[in-house]
Amino acid sequence: MSFEIEKIAGLARLHLKPEEAAKLKNDLEAILGYVKKLETLDTQNVSPTSHVLEIENVFRPDQVNPSQVRDEVLKHAPGREGNFFKVPKVVDK
Amino acid sequence: MNYEPVIGLEVHVQLLTQSKLFCGCSTKFGEEPNKNTCPVCLGWPGSLPVLNEEALKLALKVGLALNCEISGRLKFDRKNYFYPDLPKAYQISQYDNPVNGKGWLEIEYKPNKAVILSPDAEASKMENPEAQGDSQKVQDDKKMITKKIGITRAHLEEDAGKLLHEGIAAASLVDYNRAGTPLLEIVSEPDLRSPEEAYAYLTSLKAILQYLEVSDCNMEEGSLRCDANVSIRKAGESKFGTKAEIKNMNSFKAVQKAIQYEIKRQTDLLESHERVIQETRLWNETKGQTFTMRSKEEAHDYRYFPEPDLVPFSISKETVEGIRKDLPELPVQRVDRFIKNYSLSDYDALVLVQDKQLANYFETAVAEKANPKLASNWIQSELLALVNSNKHTVETLPKFFPATYLAELLGLIENQTISGKIAKDVVAISYESGKSPGTVVKEKSLEQVTDTKLLESAADKIIAAHPKSVADFKAGKRQALGFLVGQLMKETQGKANPKLANEILVRKLS
Ligand SMILES: [Zn+2]
Repeated sequence: MSFEIEKIAGLARLHLKPEEAAKLKNDLEAILGYVKKLETLDTQNVSPTSHVLEIENVFRPDQVNPSQVRDEVLKHAPGREGNFFKVPKVVDK
Repeated sequence: MNYEPVIGLEVHVQLLTQSKLFCGCSTKFGEEPNKNTCPVCLGWPGSLPVLNEEALKLALKVGLALNCEISGRLKFDRKNYFYPDLPKAYQISQYDNPVNGKGWLEIEYKPNKAVILSPDAEASKMENPEAQGDSQKVQDDKKMITKKIGITRAHLEEDAGKLLHEGIAAASLVDYNRAGTPLLEIVSEPDLRSPEEAYAYLTSLKAILQYLEVSDCNMEEGSLRCDANVSIRKAGESKFGTKAEIKNMNSFKAVQKAIQYEIKRQTDLLESHERVIQETRLWNETKGQTFTMRSKEEAHDYRYFPEPDLVPFSISKETVEGIRKDLPELPVQRVDRFIKNYSLSDYDALVLVQDKQLANYFETAVAEKANPKLASNWIQSELLALVNSNKHTVETLPKFFPATYLAELLGLIENQTISGKIAKDVVAISYESGKSPGTVVKEKSLEQVTDTKLLESAADKIIAAHPKSVADFKAGKRQALGFLVGQLMKETQGKANPKLANEILVRKLS
């Protein structure tokens, strides 16, 4: 099983210490090993599960329901300017 | 070396719902920053998204109009990436079970002359058919090309927030009002082969969306966005070349220009034995060029997985058929009807129909007994020119010159009260003043002079004043007659009935 723990951590914006990386690598290997075992099962006639609950079609009607949480949220934001959230400068996508 | 461009378009269109895709926040444009936010669209832990039923219905309407396969089984997936405009650090989108699968769309255009829809500055330049019904129009010498363009899929997803960078040092500002607004991403197959085909595709698609009333399609407000995948390959080659993804175009014209530029750039690279790099490039409208998007982000690895917070959905055949039954008349059907009922050319029918309001205006005038062919010509030439020169829109046209006015004006031409030439002045005055054409004609005494006596005495005067032209005509120079008729028209301030003026002069000179 080959994967780069640093790459996965990078994608998740996690900064790992070397000992943490080593431990997580072991854990992930164990999980993937178990998945490998599952893959030996015959699933030919089993449809893929996309949700664990046996319900479907939960909708809401198209109605506006204002929550008015803005000021409360902005109060807890690391940075704000007026009614905007303020974040470190990003290059445009 | 000959190269063939291969183009695919990704169009994001905002669906016209009152509330967001997964929460009850309003989708209203232009609100105070962050006013339309809640725990769901801000991604607070413990909050749960619930699908807006109307958004799904609108998506299905589009799918049906684009002839898409609709399996009726759909689910949502998380697309993971970090960016400050995405509060949850993932976007709820659809990966392998989209609402709408493969479909197609028919485009129709004239080579080197894609139909211009909304009257922008170029419209009057592009289309200036003569106002008279009998005069041959320039654009009729080329045949319309019809082509089927494949749709890969059209799936639902939520929009991201908006970032502001300008004028702020060392920080970016975020407004999440748009985050969670329902979007339909419509992906075309790489079936387009020229910038004008891309333009025709966008105009057709926009017309469909407007007829369905599923979106405002306003590129300036961002309710319609378009990215283009462009590559080129040697003519006859079946393998695709390396593509570049072009973003940041804010009008259909800009999309056309950006693709044009990109084809040239890639051709130049290949001609000088360099390689095209797979990358995202941004269109710079002022410079008229595309530029590499500088980004330190690693290659995208979105790690899609099923959204566990939303249950799967299954839509019954009856529901889908019910929506199909309620679909309005679509542009392609209306074009057929215009050709059949009003004997318009393919081209005229298409120009009118692709702008729903223009087509409605036309049909109102025809209901008021306007001659369809004349009405179509006058709308496309004089009326759109007035709309453009006044920087108005088709939407406000009925306010300045109601369709009933057009019917009245054409009636005045047909019963020979005014000439086609004078009618142009009447339209301009009428548009400006709001007075009906009939009133304008009366007030300014613009009625055509059909009084034979009056015309005869004017003709005598002209003949006496231009002995040389008279001699030329008698010597067999036909052009001399044209000059004399012109003089007679001038003498009567353009009000002489041209046919009558012609007849009288010929009679007097022979
Ligand atoms: Zn919300």
